[in-house]
Amino acid sequence: MKSLWELAIIFFRIGCFMFGGGSAMLPLLEEELVVRRQWLNREQLMDYYTIGQSTPGIIAVNVATFTGYTKAGIKGALVATLALVLAPMCVILCLANVLTYYMENPYVMRAFTGIRIVVIALIAEAVCRLWNAAVKNKTDILFFLIAFGLAVGGVSVIMIMLLFVAGNVLYFWRRGWK
Amino acid sequence: MIYITLFWEFFKIGALAVGGGLVTVPFLYDLSALHGWFSPQELTDMIAVSESTPGPIGVNMATFAGFRAAGISGGIIATLGLLTPSFLIILFLARYLKTHAHDFKFALVLKNIRPVSMALIAFGGFFIAKALVHTWETGAVAGIVFLFIHFVKIHPILYICLGVIGGLLLA
Repeated sequence: MKSLWELAIIFFRIGCFMFGGGSAMLPLLEEELVVRRQWLNREQLMDYYTIGQSTPGIIAVNVATFTGYTKAGIKGALVATLALVLAPMCVILCLANVLTYYMENPYVMRAFTGIRIVVIALIAEAVCRLWNAAVKNKTDILFFLIAFGLAVGGVSVIMIMLLFVAGNVLYFWRRGWK
Repeated sequence: MIYITLFWEFFKIGALAVGGGLVTVPFLYDLSALHGWFSPQELTDMIAVSESTPGPIGVNMATFAGFRAAGISGGIIATLGLLTPSFLIILFLARYLKTHAHDFKFALVLKNIRPVSMALIAFGGFFIAKALVHTWETGAVAGIVFLFIHFVKIHPILYICLGVIGGLLLA
């Protein structure tokens, strides 16, 4: 029960402060799950992202479902997922009738310029912190650079994932899984 | 029944959109042509709104379209429709991973994919930076904020709150 509440609170809080998609959620998750509660290590968090990125649906939601399940089974998955979307859903429902006004409000625009700059810096910081968990040798650096290059070149996330998963499976299969 | 249609349409998007929020956009354009729950112009506006409200764009869009079509309950049903397929898929995968955690083949491939995942996360940051950082001043501010975050450890949410204050005062 305690872990269900904790899951609900963590993911609700992340939902409230989640600006800019799945990548932007990573620093929050790293702080809550790896640093504060030690539910996961950095490698596991990276693996959840890998799976979240290669399956249908929204990456952030997938990572929430995955974390919830690992921590507290199907109930945990349900609680984490719903807690994550609760705040965004309420915000849109409240704003639906005044969207144009909200968006063109100069204070809102300024606040979000500030938020976005912080989000860019937070993602850069998360990449620094998780770098050693994900990138361990020269091949890894090469994979990172190729994948980043492809993404910048406009190749879709799923194509990049498919390419690398298929390439790796083929490679290990030919070497007899050694 | 509008609720069933809403659930089904967003269920399909949830099942097909692989690779994050913006992937849902083309599906949503089709939806707008098919049902007229929102106009293409409103969809474009929503992309901007989505960047200025918390939450993934897919979720924001589902809530908005559902609300337009059938009020608050419509918004909730459309969102649940969007989430259901990936929820089931992840449950299935997580179960598999639990029983096959020590399957060395799976672990071998996953280990090699981590840098790719990392690259896509870094790209997420690059994508936001590309839209925002047009002048060297903004770039310098982003750099200073990064250094601040790197050396001053507080909860990430507090950094975001500081961002709001900074934006209101300076932007």
